[in-house]
Amino acid sequence: MFLKKIAQALGLAAFLCCTQAAWALPADLVLAVAAGDSDEQVAAVGKLVASGDAGVDAYFQALLEGVVQVAGGRRVLIVKDTQGIDAASGEKVDPLPADLEDAIVNNRLRGTLEGARSALKLSSPDRALRLAAVKSLEDGAREEMLPLIATALARETDPQIRQSLTLVQAGIQLKSADAALRLAAVKALAQSDNPNTKMLLLGRLEKKGEVYAEPDAAVRDAAQATLKAVQARLSTADRINQVFTGVSLGSILLLAALGLAITYGLMGVINMAHGELIMVGAYGTYLVQNLFRAQLPALFDWYLLAAVPAAFFASALVGILLERSVIRFLYGRPLETLLATWGISLILIQSVRTLYGAQNVQVENPVWMSGGVELMANVVFPWNRVLIIGFAAAVLLLVWFVLTRTRLGLFVRAVTQNRGMASCVGVPTARVDTLAFGLGSGIAGLAGCALSQIGNVGPDLGQTYIVDSFMVVVLGGVGQLAGTVYAALGLGMANKFLEAWSGAVLAKIAILAFIIVFIQKRPQGLFALKGRMADS
Amino acid sequence: MGPLGATISRLYGRRGWIALAACALILFVAFPLANLALPQGSLFHVSDYSVALIGKIMCYAIVALAMDLVWGYTGILSLGHGLFFALGGYAMGMYLMRMIGREGQYQSELPDFMVFLNWKEYPWYWSFTDHFWYAALLVVLVPGLLAFVFGFFAFRSRIKGVYFSIITQALTFAFMLLFFRNDTGFGGNNGFTDFKRILGFHIATAETRMALFVATGAVLLLTLLAARAIVASKLGRVLTAIRDAESRVMFCGYNPVHYKLFIWTVSAVICGIAGALYVPQVGIINPSEMSPANSIEIAIWVAVGGRGSLVGAILGAGLVNGAKSLLTVAFPEYWLFFLGLLFILVTLFLPQGVIGLLKPSRAKRT
Amino acid sequence: MNAAAINDPDSFGGGAAAGARVLAPGIDVSHKTILYLEDISVSFDGFKALNKLSLDIDNGELRCIIGPNGAGKTTMMDVITGKTRPDSGSVFFGQTIDLAKLTEAEIAHAGIGRKFQKPTVFEQHSVFENLELAMKTDKRVRASLTARLDSAQHDRIADTLRLIHLAGVAGRDAGLLSHGQKQWLEIGMLLMQEPRVLLLDEPVAGMTDEETERTGELCRTLAGKHSVVVVEHDMDFVAGIANKVTVLHEGSVLAEGSMGEVQNDARVIEVYLGR
Repeated sequence: MFLKKIAQALGLAAFLCCTQAAWALPADLVLAVAAGDSDEQVAAVGKLVASGDAGVDAYFQALLEGVVQVAGGRRVLIVKDTQGIDAASGEKVDPLPADLEDAIVNNRLRGTLEGARSALKLSSPDRALRLAAVKSLEDGAREEMLPLIATALARETDPQIRQSLTLVQAGIQLKSADAALRLAAVKALAQSDNPNTKMLLLGRLEKKGEVYAEPDAAVRDAAQATLKAVQARLSTADRINQVFTGVSLGSILLLAALGLAITYGLMGVINMAHGELIMVGAYGTYLVQNLFRAQLPALFDWYLLAAVPAAFFASALVGILLERSVIRFLYGRPLETLLATWGISLILIQSVRTLYGAQNVQVENPVWMSGGVELMANVVFPWNRVLIIGFAAAVLLLVWFVLTRTRLGLFVRAVTQNRGMASCVGVPTARVDTLAFGLGSGIAGLAGCALSQIGNVGPDLGQTYIVDSFMVVVLGGVGQLAGTVYAALGLGMANKFLEAWSGAVLAKIAILAFIIVFIQKRPQGLFALKGRMADS
Repeated sequence: MGPLGATISRLYGRRGWIALAACALILFVAFPLANLALPQGSLFHVSDYSVALIGKIMCYAIVALAMDLVWGYTGILSLGHGLFFALGGYAMGMYLMRMIGREGQYQSELPDFMVFLNWKEYPWYWSFTDHFWYAALLVVLVPGLLAFVFGFFAFRSRIKGVYFSIITQALTFAFMLLFFRNDTGFGGNNGFTDFKRILGFHIATAETRMALFVATGAVLLLTLLAARAIVASKLGRVLTAIRDAESRVMFCGYNPVHYKLFIWTVSAVICGIAGALYVPQVGIINPSEMSPANSIEIAIWVAVGGRGSLVGAILGAGLVNGAKSLLTVAFPEYWLFFLGLLFILVTLFLPQGVIGLLKPSRAKRT
Repeated sequence: MNAAAINDPDSFGGGAAAGARVLAPGIDVSHKTILYLEDISVSFDGFKALNKLSLDIDNGELRCIIGPNGAGKTTMMDVITGKTRPDSGSVFFGQTIDLAKLTEAEIAHAGIGRKFQKPTVFEQHSVFENLELAMKTDKRVRASLTARLDSAQHDRIADTLRLIHLAGVAGRDAGLLSHGQKQWLEIGMLLMQEPRVLLLDEPVAGMTDEETERTGELCRTLAGKHSVVVVEHDMDFVAGIANKVTVLHEGSVLAEGSMGEVQNDARVIEVYLGR
């Protein structure tokens, strides 16, 4: 995401350049890139890069975009929307010559050009651009860029970029003919945390028949040691990634299940429409987003601040409506409640389909949510995931607070434990039921708001989560907030770890099988209630 | 009266048997004649479409009977009966796939999807499925065994009520995911289709279709009688007693686990048979049959018809599915609204189902 | 999975069901005592419901157990019938049968019948069917599928119907009975199982005076042939029927003896009046 945005910005800048200012590239090199044979092209690209002229990047970009044309086999033009620019001089050409032919960009040239553009960015004054450029080079640098990288390294002052550059340089030098250079390169690579390094080293250690790819034994030994270090770092990275995605999935499950922990766990209402209440929250977010886009485009980045309460109240309202109209007549009849709420879920799904279409709708992340925190080369925590973990924690805190520190929470617990007695001491049980159900539904709405930021928003959104969230509540133990938290995180982690091991579908099946077996052992869930209350 | 006579009179009264005989006559004589012998233009001609539709609904009715046994009579609401239905269907589907022979698109011994996966031979669990009787055995054994093992653990741990329902839903969900995988060896998303013949007969001819129709009708009537024999026996009374006061049943010296396991397994087997009849008639089976939504729909058929009434279950399956085939053609966008409302209204206002409406004075007992 | 689970032959069709096969028919009452409770302790989340409770019931005796709320009366019943497992102590039925090792169904089958505080009968079944379901017979699945009542069994049901004063309403749904009638039906269901020990939990709660009197009569008739243990709050009722009374307090026995002795016990007076 981030890189793409930079690339776009750069492209725009380059285009602005070429419409305003002129430049001077050696015309023969320009022509060689556009019309030479393959080797000539590559060589010319290298020379152009070395020239360091401002027009080179614009020219390369034009080539990649396929808008370069050659006039009469001599003059190279960049043609955009019938506006022509001379690629060598950057001057406007008007009118366009008649005998234009498209310049052919084959895959080899394309790869060379892309690498070259990265290399060019290495000399940008913007640190972020340079960093992005060197990162992209880590994934595949070509030999031709070696002088360029050496220049950049000599000029670079930022330690992080320097380190990356050294790695890139070492990666290229691995193939050098000089054994000492190779040894130095292998040693330098020990600092790498990029999976490509592993492939590079493995390539050096490969044995074809009796001949090693790497002839020098000392270099081989060093390569072994480096490989070990890199692998250790990579597996740490893997583990961190797994834990993070596990926690991330766990927090999503937690969000989806928290509302259920109230309506099912505390009130005993088995609400099969819970998933659809999540969906309502997601669509609420979608509507708020549209409203901001149409009415307050300046504040679009902050639409979520309005969407969070909107999603909560939208779902809470739907929930309260359901409780008043259907569910309250079915208290104490769980199987009937199950069927009726399933009916409600069908109606909600079809309503959304009728109103907004059967297709997924687009909910955009605010700009500040894109990108992520990079800890290592392949350990990136996307902001939206990080935020959802934080959001889940906040919602959990909210629920805990409401249940243990407010009058409503006290009433809810009283009604759960002994409805008759609560009613006798003046607790308005019917109102408590409605409010508690509204709260649970509202939290489902919050979950929907969060989910809209990381996944598809469509009429079937809720169906994806209903089985999972019930599993969380069942596993955690009915009426146990702590159990719900442990179960959600545990399931999230287990899912991700198993996924890495056996693939997504089998992981899911294994988890379901585990829960089914687990429930056999502890039908009351992780945190069972004991005593006479338990089986009444 | 001999023992047989006693059994007969215990199951149904004179009027019941006459009604049954009439049904049999319609299914086994009138329908075949009206479909095969009468010309297309005739007033009494029954179209192939109707035969297919009614055949399909009769399969559903068998499932509804199975569901009524566990839910209506024993109080166990299964949200996974679609799984047993689908497993029976898949077992029959394996046989039908083998019968395609080399007429598939790739003209291979293997089904197209296996060729597509680059498989060279049948996986072990496909062995012998080219024998009809072995496939028929699988139709009974696979759902029965799965239900027995699952039920054994679930009932023994005293999982009941909503818990049980949710776990059965998770079970069918897990199986759906499993069957969606291509590597599972059952055709992944697409499942089995393009069947060519069954027992040597071409599957699409009117005669074969009518034979399947008659077989389905026969199984439906037999299932009804078997179910009736169960619920009219002391075993049936124990089941209902378990539904109403399980702990009391235990203190009377019965082990409810055994009773639940029995009826649960029987019910699953019936579902499997229904699935096996269903697949050759509709010509396709895929994992979406295992979706939780499908299973829960079965419950509404029974609820609409009337829980704890066998005829009610059949009636419910007919009414809901009849309405479905009408509505999904005429107003496809309203079908889900209708079904959703049905769920709500029946649970709120019609606990006895349609049967309860028809016989308002009916005693609560059956 | 524990070992017991693996050995459990829960095949419903084939092998003998657990309940039917565990016990030899005879209960060893050679020491006159049919039920031994020794040092039973049960606690729920730290609360001691039973605290080293020891109690013997003689064969054929009619015993009344009284005590304030929370004294552990119901928990004691739960322990005897296997619903609750004791944390420590032993429960024996006769000299030989360790009740702590049996399931609820097995205990019921062995000959201990329990009537709950709240009457639970099968409301959707007729009175006759209720008794039929309770009758001592082969209770395995396959036997139930083919079971037919023979004339001796019909007679037994008819006898019990007369004994519990419900002969006139044999065909009525049990759900339509009055509260008192349901209590009797439940006792009748217990009797159909031919139990050696009858545990009656508040049998006269919510009954009219006339019904209470009839119930007392019934209890006295049953004693001798069965051992009857009555847990009751109604002092008049207890005084009317009891030979021997046990007072429970805070999970253990406070006093035991005839009604007169117990009523004059200083500690009992304190417990009852001190509340």
